[in-house]
Amino acid sequence: MAANANLVVYRELANKRAFWLIFFLCGLFVAGGFLAHLTMEHHGHVITGMDNRIVWGLPHVFAVFLIVAASGALNVASTASVFGKSIYKPLAPLSGLLSLALLTGGLTVLMLDLGRSDRIIVAATEYNFKSIFAWNVFLYTGFFAIVGAYLWTMMERRMNAFTKPLGVAAFIWRLVLTTGTGSIFGFLIAREAYQSALLAPMFISLSLSYGSAIYLLTLSAASAIDGRPLGEAIVRRLKNLLATFVAAALYFVAVFHLTNLYFTRNHGVENFILLDGGIFTGLFWLGQVGIGSVLPLILLLAPGVSRYRILIACSAIVIGGFCQMYVTIIGGQAWPLDLFPGFLASSSFFDGEIHGYAPSIWEALLGLGGVALAGAIVIVALKLLRFLPERMDDATLDPSHAKANAK
Amino acid sequence: MSEVTTSRRAFIGISATAAAATAGFVALAPGVKLMDLAQAHADSKGASSKVRWGMLIDTTKCATGCSDCVSACARENAIEPGSGRPAQSSQWIRKIELKEKKGGHRELSLPMLCQHCANPPCVDVCPTGASFQRADGIVLVDRHICIGCRYCVMACPYQARSFVHEPLHNQNPEVPRGQGCVESCTLCVHRVDKGESPACVESCTHQAMLFGDLNNPQSEIAQRVATVASSQIRADLRLDPGVRYQGI
Amino acid sequence: MLRLAALVLITLALSAAVNAAGVPRPVIDIAKPGQCIDTPEVMRRTHMDLLKHQRDKTMREGERHSKVSLNGCIECHASKQNGSVLGGPDNFCQGCHSYAAVKLDCFECHQPKAGYKAAGGKR
Ligand code: HEC
Ligand code: HEC
Ligand code: HEC
Repeated sequence: MAANANLVVYRELANKRAFWLIFFLCGLFVAGGFLAHLTMEHHGHVITGMDNRIVWGLPHVFAVFLIVAASGALNVASTASVFGKSIYKPLAPLSGLLSLALLTGGLTVLMLDLGRSDRIIVAATEYNFKSIFAWNVFLYTGFFAIVGAYLWTMMERRMNAFTKPLGVAAFIWRLVLTTGTGSIFGFLIAREAYQSALLAPMFISLSLSYGSAIYLLTLSAASAIDGRPLGEAIVRRLKNLLATFVAAALYFVAVFHLTNLYFTRNHGVENFILLDGGIFTGLFWLGQVGIGSVLPLILLLAPGVSRYRILIACSAIVIGGFCQMYVTIIGGQAWPLDLFPGFLASSSFFDGEIHGYAPSIWEALLGLGGVALAGAIVIVALKLLRFLPERMDDATLDPSHAKANAK
Repeated sequence: MSEVTTSRRAFIGISATAAAATAGFVALAPGVKLMDLAQAHADSKGASSKVRWGMLIDTTKCATGCSDCVSACARENAIEPGSGRPAQSSQWIRKIELKEKKGGHRELSLPMLCQHCANPPCVDVCPTGASFQRADGIVLVDRHICIGCRYCVMACPYQARSFVHEPLHNQNPEVPRGQGCVESCTLCVHRVDKGESPACVESCTHQAMLFGDLNNPQSEIAQRVATVASSQIRADLRLDPGVRYQGI
Repeated sequence: MLRLAALVLITLALSAAVNAAGVPRPVIDIAKPGQCIDTPEVMRRTHMDLLKHQRDKTMREGERHSKVSLNGCIECHASKQNGSVLGGPDNFCQGCHSYAAVKLDCFECHQPKAGYKAAGGKR
């Protein structure tokens, strides 16, 4: 094993043209996001599609998706250091990096959407410890610290001995973090769509699949950009892992909705999401279930391995993930609160009405800016630091495995 | 901005007194003598925990189509419709018209406003502590530390909170309001502290709204709550709202 | 973050300048002359701390009888010209602050005019 570790040589990205192209593209969208933020701050949220009924909109769809995916992006690192699968070890630094980048992107979007982002220092100095939101601030900061340290122990040879304990810490922390993110919705006692103890475990299972899909996409892209060979066996393993996660997530989504159907008081909102919620029903069945779960499962599990097919599956998972967040966040708000059970209500403030939402260009730009920020962080880090092994073929990653195969 | 300055000044170190901001008022403001402080306290009552302000709304008297309370609130608090979509404007109080789904198809009309819960979810979820409850039960947003995250708007079961979606200009001096913060009915705290009742209550020509101290057995509201059947909306959530309804 | 950093830098530079030259003297063209709530020297140095302290007292504890009150400042310090503490270099709060390069957000919410009665409720 020790000899194996010595064989792996890490290198910065060599392909300058690709670097500048990606960096420029990401930079463009980051600038777009920042422009959107300034415009929203100047005019106020009137220029967005959000209002007093759809309080959280597209920026939150992007932000929560990125934050949830950030936790899942750590899968490969966790598998290497917590579960001792040494074949993943050389690929672990990228996993940590991606995780930090996604979290940064997500949190930036959340921050820049605040009504008073100029008071962000207040959020860092005034805490209400009863608020799950305030706890999340700690969870996110802690995550940065732990994963940062974890990365360092991976990349600094002398610190390698600490990789395992820090890996365990990071693993536990990310589970808590995703639970915290899921609980943001779980604490909304009056919103029928979120009244389920299953929300947190569902978010964890979703995070595993989103994060792994984004990781595989990033890894493939990095290997393609620099022409670094990526082994057949490792891709097959990652793909099988991903399929397991997608299946688990689908299972949780099914149980979530089935248990909701069990409680009569939730029939209204379930009926809305699953049957006659228009765009939300469409996004749920076609987006989240069809494109996001069933299609990738078929692509990943059908006999034979084709890189192309795996990449389509990963992209489908990401698209499905956005649909899921849209249905969960916006669909959950579109369904009206029931203040007076047994009565039909109407008012100037839209009581009893299903609320519509049409995102503006500003919200989309802000959200995309967050994605681009994550991309920019990854590409810059890959260019400046040695995150990725020079060779990622099976013989380099796992010599014993390669030999066994050769026999 | 406020916290920025404190940290900024402490950081620059030009004002040693400000650096000791948490040490207390005397250190904080050397110009104020202890005597002044004592006097200031002597003649100011402030919010007391012995009191619990509440409201009793008689839906049998509240008239369908009447919105006097809504206009009075708008006048008092200078709430104007915004330039955006209707759902982007603030509504501190609104009239809800109800029709029973089955049975006698009973129709009801009632005002809905912040229910000033004893266990307010908006306060629980607020990350900075800007949503808070005064000792006398009034639930407010401290807009000096509200960051505009809208988690409280999501959490309020009564949809009683609004987010200010654009710059405002014609505020009343006693009711500061501004872009980027969440706001809701203050129970006209600026009037209540002067011993008056909320503008909506005063405006109701049908005597459907009664305001008072729920904790004081002598008060009219406490006696009415003790003798007539009243209910709290979404009582199942156990938030113990201070606004009670009669005749639902 | 960028804005913060810029703010810190600007304040650093300007507070150095202000400290060197002493606190600037405003044009006092106010509607209600007489006595301030404390000596002008003390007011110049501590009015921000007084206001911030009182802000929490009023907001959180309902203490409304203090001699420190933002509305109180405005009632006395609004100018004879436009009845406001803002508007131009001759207006009390703004004049001094633009000289000292202090930017307040207070008047995004607080009414800067004395004795103002909002029309409100045009529904
Ligand atoms: C986002 C809106 C908002 C901003 C910005 C704001 N305030 Fe306030 N302020 C309020 C509200 C709301 C109250 C509560 C009024 C009440 O209860 O009577 C208040 C009350 C006060 C009070 C107590 C009432 C009085 O007249 O004395 C003071 C003092 C005060 N604010 C100072 C400030 C200062 C200083 C700033 C700028 C650094 C500021 N505020 C910025 C909304 C705001
Ligand atoms: C009763 C009316 C009154 C009230 C209330 C009042 N002021 Fe004054 N203030 C004055 C007068 C008059 C002066 C000029 C005094 C002098 O020059 O001796 C003054 C002076 C000042 C000065 C010093 C100006 C200089 O000469 O450099 C400051 C700063 C100030 N006031 C701030 C405030 C603030 C802040 C408040 C609110 C907390 C406030 N004042 C409330 C009347 C008032
Ligand atoms: C004599 C000049 C002067 C006058 C007049 C004056 N200020 Fe100031 N004020 C200052 C200076 C200088 C600062 C900056 C102090 C610092 O940052 O250390 C300041 C800071 C403040 C702050 C804190 C700003 C922040 O970002 O936290 C508030 C609030 C404030 N002033 C309110 C007022 C109000 C309200 C008035 C009008 C009634 C007023 N001031 C009139 C000089 C003045």
